[in-house]
Amino acid sequence: MASPIILAEQLVKNFGKVEALKGIDLEVYKGTVLGLLGPNGAGKTTGVRILTTLLSPTSGRAEVDGLDVVRDAEALRFRIGLAGQSAAVDENLTGHENLEMVGRLYHLRGKEARRRAGEVLERFGLSDAGDRPAKTYSGGMRRRLDVAASLVGKPDVLFLDEPTTGLDPRSRLDVWEFIREMQDEGATLLLTTQYLEEADQLTDRIAVIDVGSVIAEGTSDELKDRIGGEVLELHVVQRNDVNQVAQLLQGVGTGEANVDVDQGSVRLPVGSDGPAALLDSVRRLDDTKIELADIALHRPTLDDVFLSLTGRVAEEASEPAEAEPEKKRGRRGRREKQKEHV
Amino acid sequence: MSAAAVAVSPPSNVAQRVRLAISDGIVVAYRNLVTLWRVPTVLVFELVQPVMFVLLFRFIYADQFVAQNLGNIDYVLFLMPGIFVQNAIFGSTTTAIGIADDLKKGIIDRFRSLPMARSAVLAGRTTADLAKNLILVFLVIGIGYLVGFSFENGLLGALGVIALVLAVSFTFSWISATVGLMLKEVEAVQAAVFTFIFPVVFVSSAFVPVAGMASWLQPIAEHNPVTYWCNLARYLSIGDAGIPPDPTTGIPIDTPEGLAVKSALWIVGLLAVFVPLSIRLYRKLT
Repeated sequence: MASPIILAEQLVKNFGKVEALKGIDLEVYKGTVLGLLGPNGAGKTTGVRILTTLLSPTSGRAEVDGLDVVRDAEALRFRIGLAGQSAAVDENLTGHENLEMVGRLYHLRGKEARRRAGEVLERFGLSDAGDRPAKTYSGGMRRRLDVAASLVGKPDVLFLDEPTTGLDPRSRLDVWEFIREMQDEGATLLLTTQYLEEADQLTDRIAVIDVGSVIAEGTSDELKDRIGGEVLELHVVQRNDVNQVAQLLQGVGTGEANVDVDQGSVRLPVGSDGPAALLDSVRRLDDTKIELADIALHRPTLDDVFLSLTGRVAEEASEPAEAEPEKKRGRRGRREKQKEHV
Repeated sequence: MSAAAVAVSPPSNVAQRVRLAISDGIVVAYRNLVTLWRVPTVLVFELVQPVMFVLLFRFIYADQFVAQNLGNIDYVLFLMPGIFVQNAIFGSTTTAIGIADDLKKGIIDRFRSLPMARSAVLAGRTTADLAKNLILVFLVIGIGYLVGFSFENGLLGALGVIALVLAVSFTFSWISATVGLMLKEVEAVQAAVFTFIFPVVFVSSAFVPVAGMASWLQPIAEHNPVTYWCNLARYLSIGDAGIPPDPTTGIPIDTPEGLAVKSALWIVGLLAVFVPLSIRLYRKLT
């Protein structure tokens, strides 16, 4: 079996008394995309910063491409690309100048740096805008340029920290598209995201990270299987009916209901007995005045997984909950790429 | 695509390391100068400020309280060398602001993830600011000539002033870089550098003779390096009259050589502290 191209073992990072990472393990194999999924402040960025040599871990170790992120930091910087959270481009330089500068800082010669800048601009569909200052670019174009800059050095591994945060929907799709393209070209990628859908769409494997720990890891499908079976989802017409619905449905299904007042929805894991649970629910609600907009059975989405892992209960239970999935994570064989669209 | 295009190993010996550090520094300096060129408002505003200082001191303060301690030199001849030094120090604050801005925009993160020399970002920034301050020096000299100043100690003296002023501005750029890396926020940096710089510049012979200050302030002002630099700049600009006399004996308080040595020692000393300190802070950024 090939050894992982990114390997993190028990990475811990403390900022003063704050434990940003509490010992995370990660493995990413060549040619695959790992999504680091978690809410704000979960430790995703800290993890990326350690793996890209910007930050030293308090303890634990990590290797990228066989190089230790602390000891071999200098050599490692030749082999990685990083596009951070803010599109780190110089607004006053043109797109071409930005990339050329990065090329020069990879110690390419002038001519070579120019050629490479042109190549990458073209690859990212920015050739036409290449001679315009980056401040005239749209948010999506800037992000493209930022990612383009991280590719100038032909990195073996690319790190994208929340590549779509702060982008409008159109730019976001744009970013998705070129991440998929890179994936198809066999790039090795680690990307962080707060969006479940994004992780679902773009990654081969997902590590769910919450308050500094990896609380689950696997393919999108594997994670969904954790919920086991199906999910019953109800939408009510009057949003404040949701709590009453949840109460009425107590005992139906195999787990606790997730109530979302904003969406006016109740989601209930129902195991393999979906139809019976559906009928039972309908019967129970039939006697009430509660108006349903929709009721449906579906496979769990990552939302369900996420809620069951990090939802309200997770707040109290996050400490004990982290140990269990960690243990189960052995070395898994390299997964073939499998994109699951929900 | 040719996969071999990019170098994959760090420099292997010291000579190569130094060469790459210099070329990386030039790349960064070039980037900063391009910015300066494309956003000239920065330069314009930086120029407004010395003009304001010259006008304020030259036409408001000059005859009010300064004249009595000047001996027999014209205030404008006294003032302008002080303005040159003051302007060099004020001009160095852009280093801190530029670094804080790059930090905020994530550009420093990008640089730190690249296989470039760790010193290059700071060296490139301070060098670019040095070039900018050179432009400002010439503009301020021009303003001086408009209000009645002239170099009266020969071309060599004038070149000496320019060299001194650039050395001072370069030194303060590194101090400024240190502040920028410590505080990280543009607004905080702006407030901090001026809070620090105002007393340092004002409690010196930059604008007024030390002899006219409150007596408890005089020893501080006398040993302020800014005073040495201003007095040296004055000597280089207008000759012996530029070195203030001791109020009781009437003998000049220092020799030109003495001033030059003290000025140089302060510059070298400050650089020896702040260059390594700021590079260390850069390396330790989180």
